[in-house]
Amino acid sequence: MNPAFSVILLTVLIGAGQGLFLALFVIEAVVAAGIAAAPSPGFYPTGSVLALLLLAGGLLASFFHLGHPERAWRSAAMWRTSWLSREVIVLPAFMALVAAYGWAHWQGISGTLLLGGAGVLLCLALFLCTGMIYACIKFLQEWASPLTLVNFTILGCASGVALAAALAGQRGETFTACVVAWAIVLTVAGLLTRVISLQRNARLRPRSSLQTAIGIKHPKITQKSQGFMGGSFNTREFFHGRSRGALRAVKWGFLAGAFVIPALLLTAALAVPSPAPALLWLIFVVQLSGLIAERWFFFAQANHPQNLYYQAIS
Amino acid sequence: MTQLALVIDLNVCVGCHACVTSCKEWNTSGAAGFMSDDNPYDRDPTGTFFNRVQTFEVGEFPNTQTVHFPKSCLHCEDPPCVPVCPTGASYKRPEDGIVLVDYDKCIGCKYCSWACPYGVREIDEHQKVMKKCTLCVDRIYDAKLPESERKPACVLACPTNARLYGDIHDEESVVSKAIRENSGYALMPEWGTQPANHYLPRRRTEMRIHEDELERADNPLKIDGRLPRPGIKDPSLDDVTSW
Repeated sequence: MNPAFSVILLTVLIGAGQGLFLALFVIEAVVAAGIAAAPSPGFYPTGSVLALLLLAGGLLASFFHLGHPERAWRSAAMWRTSWLSREVIVLPAFMALVAAYGWAHWQGISGTLLLGGAGVLLCLALFLCTGMIYACIKFLQEWASPLTLVNFTILGCASGVALAAALAGQRGETFTACVVAWAIVLTVAGLLTRVISLQRNARLRPRSSLQTAIGIKHPKITQKSQGFMGGSFNTREFFHGRSRGALRAVKWGFLAGAFVIPALLLTAALAVPSPAPALLWLIFVVQLSGLIAERWFFFAQANHPQNLYYQAIS
Repeated sequence: MTQLALVIDLNVCVGCHACVTSCKEWNTSGAAGFMSDDNPYDRDPTGTFFNRVQTFEVGEFPNTQTVHFPKSCLHCEDPPCVPVCPTGASYKRPEDGIVLVDYDKCIGCKYCSWACPYGVREIDEHQKVMKKCTLCVDRIYDAKLPESERKPACVLACPTNARLYGDIHDEESVVSKAIRENSGYALMPEWGTQPANHYLPRRRTEMRIHEDELERADNPLKIDGRLPRPGIKDPSLDDVTSW
């Protein structure tokens, strides 16, 4: 596929926003259980605003993918069959709950844990919807796997918790080291599941071939003409147009940028008694950039069977 | 239930692209608006088409066959592009099985084109909506046209009758018979989309001429020479008489 930056930004930004919200909720739950000291006032509202900004940024980016953004409201119609439609419903609902959660903390209203619990449910539902948009297309074999869901969830959580660590470090919270440790765990887990999915995709055998595409059983078929000399939607939308070398470079780039470098920097931050907030912010930015490369690769790697029909111009 | 479809005879298609041009001509002139083109007479021309004719070479030189392969929406009986549409703009008509896009509802998110393994949906770069073959739905039910012309434009244009049109759920229709009697097949059966459009395979066509057929039985002007007579021991042609 030809990666669209609007969709890359959508999935990466809302993933980080969701991860940050989950981190806030877990911190609140741990504090409520008496295991950690309560954060300074304003921690939850600030975190909620950050999460909301990320979610809104993702939502805004998604509009640039549409040919008719003014009709976007229509996309809530087919929630019975379409995962995209479900995402369109769940994302604003989740944003509303995050806003309510932050506002309730700011106003000091009780029952935030309950509100947050509902938010967690919607957050997980959003991960499910976003992942299933890609995983439900069975002939895009690189995507049609539970690993797509796992990766969207874990990578979103990793970047969100890294952001929570930066926020906690900035405000000098007592539990900063603990959040950093969780960011390391999630980043390493993300590396593990992403590598598993890379290995799976490397072993994939395409079920469609030129033989099934045109229904002729002969082993040697070559295309002589695709029906037009210039390009078309079919030649632009479904292929990234980069070399194999470029693809490989992006792969190693995102493995380093989204996983290895953040994990090493987070470990370094954990080693010092009170890490500089700037370092923690840097880690988040590096990881987010790495995840943008990761998402680009996720799209570029998917090999659409329609490309079988467009292998030679003439 | 009716399922209208095309059956395309690859044995007959000569790759003349008449179906492509007539399709574009009809559908760019309709009530749904034009099918936009960019740089049609310039470098890198591009445009929206419902139908393409591609060419493949099968086999290894010198034993090759050229196969011209027209490709348009297959109007799948289980279309993967329809359930993914978030707005309901993509739909399959229950009454005749045609898969259509409501251009007034389409938001141009392109998700349906990702969900079509055949690559037959193309976004219109200017109207920003997804377009695809309508099976000339604005033509096949037009009571103002004579009965014989109530067919998709591509079918009427085909000079070799490679394109058949009809209801594949009606066992007596011309398309059902063609599929049944000429081993019609569907594309990419591995994805379970059950395409309604079928293709008829290439068939070996050769003339068998017996020697005696070269001699005219009635040789009115007595101009044709006679073939050499077979030997007395040889069987005659019809194994009945020998001379």
